[in-house]
Amino acid sequence: MIDNERVRFPKLKPAEPQGTHLLAVERQNASFKPEELSVYMHGQQYLDARESILDVLQNDPILGDKSQRYYQARDQRFDRAMLNAKRFAELIREHKWNADDVLIADMLIDEPNQFRLHRSMFMPTIANQGTEEQKEFFLRPAEKYQIIGCYAQTELGHGSNVQGLETTATYDPSTQSFILHSPTLTAAKWWIGGLGKAATHACVMARLITQGKDHGPHPFIVQIRSLEDHRPRNGVTVGDIGPKFGFNTVDNGFVMFDNYKIPHISMLAKYSQVVKATGEYVKPPNAKLSYGTMVFVRANIVMESRYVLARAATVAVRYAAVRSQFVDAANPKKLEGTSRTVETPVIDYNMVQYRLFPVIAQAYACFFTGKEMYRMYNENQDRMAQGDFSFLADLHATSSGLKSLTTTISLAAIEQCRRACGGHGYSMFSGLGNFYQDYLPKVTWEGDNYILTQQTARYLGKTFRSVAASKGDEQRTTFSERYIQDYMSNPGARCPAQSAADFLNPEIILSAYRFRAAQMIETFVRKTDQENRTFNSMLVLVYQISRAHCQLFIVSNFLAAVFPGPTQKELPKEVLSVLRTMALLYALYTMEEELADFLCSQYISSEQATMIKEQVVQLLGKVRPDAVALVDAFGLPDYQLNSALGNSKGEVYEQMTAMAEMEPLNHRAVHESYEEIIKPFVHAGKHLWKRDSKGIARL
Amino acid sequence: MATFNNNVPTKFPKLDPKGPAGDIVLAAERAKATFNTQELTKFMYGEEWLDRFSRVLEVIENEPAFDKSNRYYQGRNERVADAFKKDKRMVELAREKKWTDVDSQIANFLYDQSSPFSLHSGMFLPTLKNQTTDEQKKLFLEPAVKHQIIGCYAQTELGHGSNVQGLETTATYINETNEFEIHSPTLTSSKWWIGGLGKAANHAIVMARLILNGKDFGPHPFCVQIRSLEDHRPLEGITVGDIGPKFGFNTVDNGFIMFDHYRIPHVSFLARYAQVKQGTGEYVRPPNAKLSYGTMVFVRANIVMGVRFALAKAATIAIRYSAVRNQFVDAANPRKWENKVVETAVLDYTMQQYRMLPIIAQAYACFFTGREMLRLYNENQTNMNAGNFTLLADLHASSSGLKSLCTTMAVQGIEDCRRACGGHGYSMFSGLGSFYQDYLPNVTWEGDNYVLTQQTARYLGKQFRSVAANKTKESDMNFTSGYLYEYLQNPNSKCPAVEAADFMNPEVLLNAFRFRAASMTQKLVHQLDDQGKSWNSMTVEIARVSKAHTQLVLLSNFISGLQAARSEVSSSTMQALRNMALLFGSHTLEQELADFLVSQYLSPDQAGMVKDLTLDLLSKVRPDAVALVDAFALPDYYLHSALGRYDGKVYESMTEMAEQEPLNHKLVTDSYEECIKPLVHAGKAEGRWKGEGMQAKL
Repeated sequence: MIDNERVRFPKLKPAEPQGTHLLAVERQNASFKPEELSVYMHGQQYLDARESILDVLQNDPILGDKSQRYYQARDQRFDRAMLNAKRFAELIREHKWNADDVLIADMLIDEPNQFRLHRSMFMPTIANQGTEEQKEFFLRPAEKYQIIGCYAQTELGHGSNVQGLETTATYDPSTQSFILHSPTLTAAKWWIGGLGKAATHACVMARLITQGKDHGPHPFIVQIRSLEDHRPRNGVTVGDIGPKFGFNTVDNGFVMFDNYKIPHISMLAKYSQVVKATGEYVKPPNAKLSYGTMVFVRANIVMESRYVLARAATVAVRYAAVRSQFVDAANPKKLEGTSRTVETPVIDYNMVQYRLFPVIAQAYACFFTGKEMYRMYNENQDRMAQGDFSFLADLHATSSGLKSLTTTISLAAIEQCRRACGGHGYSMFSGLGNFYQDYLPKVTWEGDNYILTQQTARYLGKTFRSVAASKGDEQRTTFSERYIQDYMSNPGARCPAQSAADFLNPEIILSAYRFRAAQMIETFVRKTDQENRTFNSMLVLVYQISRAHCQLFIVSNFLAAVFPGPTQKELPKEVLSVLRTMALLYALYTMEEELADFLCSQYISSEQATMIKEQVVQLLGKVRPDAVALVDAFGLPDYQLNSALGNSKGEVYEQMTAMAEMEPLNHRAVHESYEEIIKPFVHAGKHLWKRDSKGIARL
Repeated sequence: MATFNNNVPTKFPKLDPKGPAGDIVLAAERAKATFNTQELTKFMYGEEWLDRFSRVLEVIENEPAFDKSNRYYQGRNERVADAFKKDKRMVELAREKKWTDVDSQIANFLYDQSSPFSLHSGMFLPTLKNQTTDEQKKLFLEPAVKHQIIGCYAQTELGHGSNVQGLETTATYINETNEFEIHSPTLTSSKWWIGGLGKAANHAIVMARLILNGKDFGPHPFCVQIRSLEDHRPLEGITVGDIGPKFGFNTVDNGFIMFDHYRIPHVSFLARYAQVKQGTGEYVRPPNAKLSYGTMVFVRANIVMGVRFALAKAATIAIRYSAVRNQFVDAANPRKWENKVVETAVLDYTMQQYRMLPIIAQAYACFFTGREMLRLYNENQTNMNAGNFTLLADLHASSSGLKSLCTTMAVQGIEDCRRACGGHGYSMFSGLGSFYQDYLPNVTWEGDNYVLTQQTARYLGKQFRSVAANKTKESDMNFTSGYLYEYLQNPNSKCPAVEAADFMNPEVLLNAFRFRAASMTQKLVHQLDDQGKSWNSMTVEIARVSKAHTQLVLLSNFISGLQAARSEVSSSTMQALRNMALLFGSHTLEQELADFLVSQYLSPDQAGMVKDLTLDLLSKVRPDAVALVDAFALPDYYLHSALGRYDGKVYESMTEMAEQEPLNHKLVTDSYEECIKPLVHAGKAEGRWKGEGMQAKL
């Protein structure tokens, strides 16, 4: 037998120039200090928290080791994730991490596990919708993981339309219990994270039927597995829904109920109630307050998008600074200190800049909009507490559209950055492949990104009609009302820009965005009210309107934050200057992306379109020296990136080869399939073999 | 340890999905189609090919080595091992059944998954056929055809991709011993990404810089033995292995290799074109390389034809599922089933139609362009043999742009269809996840899709300058110079359409595409030549110009292809295809609206008309949607999708496939004892439980 040993690379260096050197030079060339921007963005307190949590995680024997992640099959990843889940629960307790800390840790660990929805959905649902008695009964043990829960809403045949759910919970006053039942195959709960193997309990959304009447979906806390030995209980069919595009560390599950009896206390009763003795249904009070919470959740999503974008850009920008390709004949690059021509780092190519730099700008844009959303959320909460609901509708509509827009652009950005990494972007070692896989469901869950835009557009249509009816004499207060009113005061306005430089003027940019959004809403209202078009026939326009509105919102927030912006005392002028460049790049790049809308509105002319394109290219050149510093400012640690291409030191090729050595196929020199598959073919040609001087068989 | 039998597989209760049942829905869809599906199928493939197709399908559907049922559950090790088994059986079957190359291609297409031997037949054999002397053919090709040697094609390096001239691996000729010494001087010179190299191959075509008497002649191909023929061990001086897990393609052993002053005999240098004289190391230059461009056109025509299948597959799954899947009640138009209001099929929502129906149109567009490219390829080969190279440049430039545009479109189409499947699109059982993963590298390999557009734009610029300077002779006019010339006759013309219906005239659509491409080319040339802008600063526009030209090629071939097909299909089929062509044109125009508006050929009012037309065409195509994907005749074996099954039994199939999930083969997961039990039983210790054993409750 042959000695079947592990494969090792020879100890060689990559070709000159070295990645570490290239990144060091990039950092020297930056016009500002990334630490200052980082502190401005995150606050020192957050940075300290992240640092200390990172320290705990990196040094933890279980959570600190991500080295096997890219090689494992689903069963191994699943078992590993269970260990992670348990260890994470322990650390939260040991270090007394609060909700914010847990979010930071979750982001750094960067892999969903079986207990995630226990914390993020099961417990909050009981906290928000349970009575005090129910909290004592369910929430206390849940906090200690003495019961482990999940949130079971979607069904095999039913997703976004909650009203279409089939599972029933029929109240039987004689036994004071609900009978849970799945009448058809499509009624199986499906996609439920944590349900497949881990959960002992589920919060089940089921149609409440009492006194013969169907009151639609309501939440029930249901024990599904034995506390003693974890077996599914009688009447419960439960399991894992199988492999997915990503999220394979999670046991997304299904469950079906066969006339399964649960006690009266199971129905979460803070809002609606069923009277125990009679089965009488008591209606919930006004549900408006819960919209406030949704705004908060969506502000979090926008803030999270910032990190998604920043992470994708961090990997791609660093690698683009190290990776060299072709010699740019018009501007050949010399190896430092020599006259030797070397290939040009791809970050110097205009097309690569065009693919990457706007992603950095999007990340900063999401930061400023997320910040504004928190501010508006708080203002609105204060107002609602005083009975003033006037801001709610606007905020809610905008937040729906923003969830849709920011998750869509984040997802596109991950893929764009992955492709901009060329061939190696396809290796799992890029860290972008599994990131894309795991982020992907964001565009579907928590409101499908297409369906959400219908809420935004419906609201905007309504607002347009109300502004039109008031003839503009009223003082308008909300964001949408103001720009619609603006537009109506001069619907024949034209953009005054004369040169590419004029598009560096925030007011010129903003008026174009306002005009475009308002005019599209006008078209929508006209088609609905005057041309009698159905809503269904206008869904494409509806989607575009929501996007136009949200892009305006983002551009407004970004520009307002940096023009004139914080004082020199709050923020050094070099940092402010680079943020302004980011804001302009975001605004003009997005304008170029959506050029057709602006041209159709006739606010922007064909010549002005060309100016915008030129200005984008100029801004890219301006960003170029700061590109690496701008991604560094997010401070995403290597532990989180887990990427050979994007590591902070620029040791791209060293890490690619080190990670290839870890590939299990390389643990033996000859593959197990050799004897059965290859040997018979090759040995059939034995008659052709000749021995060379070393005795090796050759053709 | 469990005190009960844990090895109980989870089974779903025998329940039906909520009605209307998927099979009935799809049957109703098929009944309302306006044309005969089989007729369209025959028109596209021809009966001879269809016969082969069903013959090969029948064979492999019954071959255990070609079974797909474990595909979505396996880890990489198991998948590689299974892929090896399929490779072996494939070689045997081809011998047993006397399969032609076409038959084998069909089998591989249906199996739909690359394997360790894929590049042996895909790259190793063709290179040995095309670039060797007769002596080398006897030495390498003959045993390779019988798999007595197994090869791969090693070009890309860890630090070098698209720029072949930047490769670092050297092959230095040693005059004294008549050998080449292959060497990897740095870590970045490691060959990387080489399919079949990681574990399977014992030979490799290695592209290495030829160094003769101290002079560097750039990359040349060598056929190099890398593993022992006796026991498959890597030979001394060679470090070889697998590059690790990828986003997709994990059934293939993409590998790396490094050489440490590794000697190979003179015969290893593939010498059909360039040669190295034995003993002196004198270099003999290759003849004109132009001929090889012809082959590239052929490869790219096949890529475009492949895109047709990729788009058709994605659309087949998404359209069938969208017909079966219901969501919300469309209040303005509620759907009745057995006298009850039921949720509306998602295929009836405009947004869903807008996301999917244009993808079917793109699939048909690729069919017509692929066919035209193959025709032109043949014409060009005949011409070139007669010394006539007039077609070549145009064909080559268009084919670069087409490879770029069509593969980008395919990746986008697959992902759009996957998302249009809603939540279940994320399940591997959709069949679209792994398909996307495996298809993805197409946008990077065989010419990076961004880099390629530069070739197309360079050619367009050259043609424009020549036409503008009146230097193009009438006899040299081709497709490209033709439309550039036309544009220059009237660069201020405007689209004559006054209402949406005017765009139903293919000539009106085509003129808009011609004008847009020509005016963008003019602008590019102007910025380069008159404003002194650098090529690098124009690469964004360059990519757009290439796209504009290529979309014109696609639309133009679609429309002329239909005209030519008039005698071959009935009028109802022709009408369905015409709708496809118009939808392709109108939707593409809408997608690229900014270009058309900037060119000022189209007014904002006309833009509104095009948008209306697209919606109108969507509703015209709607009744034929299922039939139009059926016409591609992609069998369930190929689709391997719970959502896209021909019979519409979506939910039955989803649950059956979930039962196969290995996690469901036991009631309680192995991690329970260690990770869950200690946490949950702490509640017992706290006295929170009521009842005992299985009955324990809070």
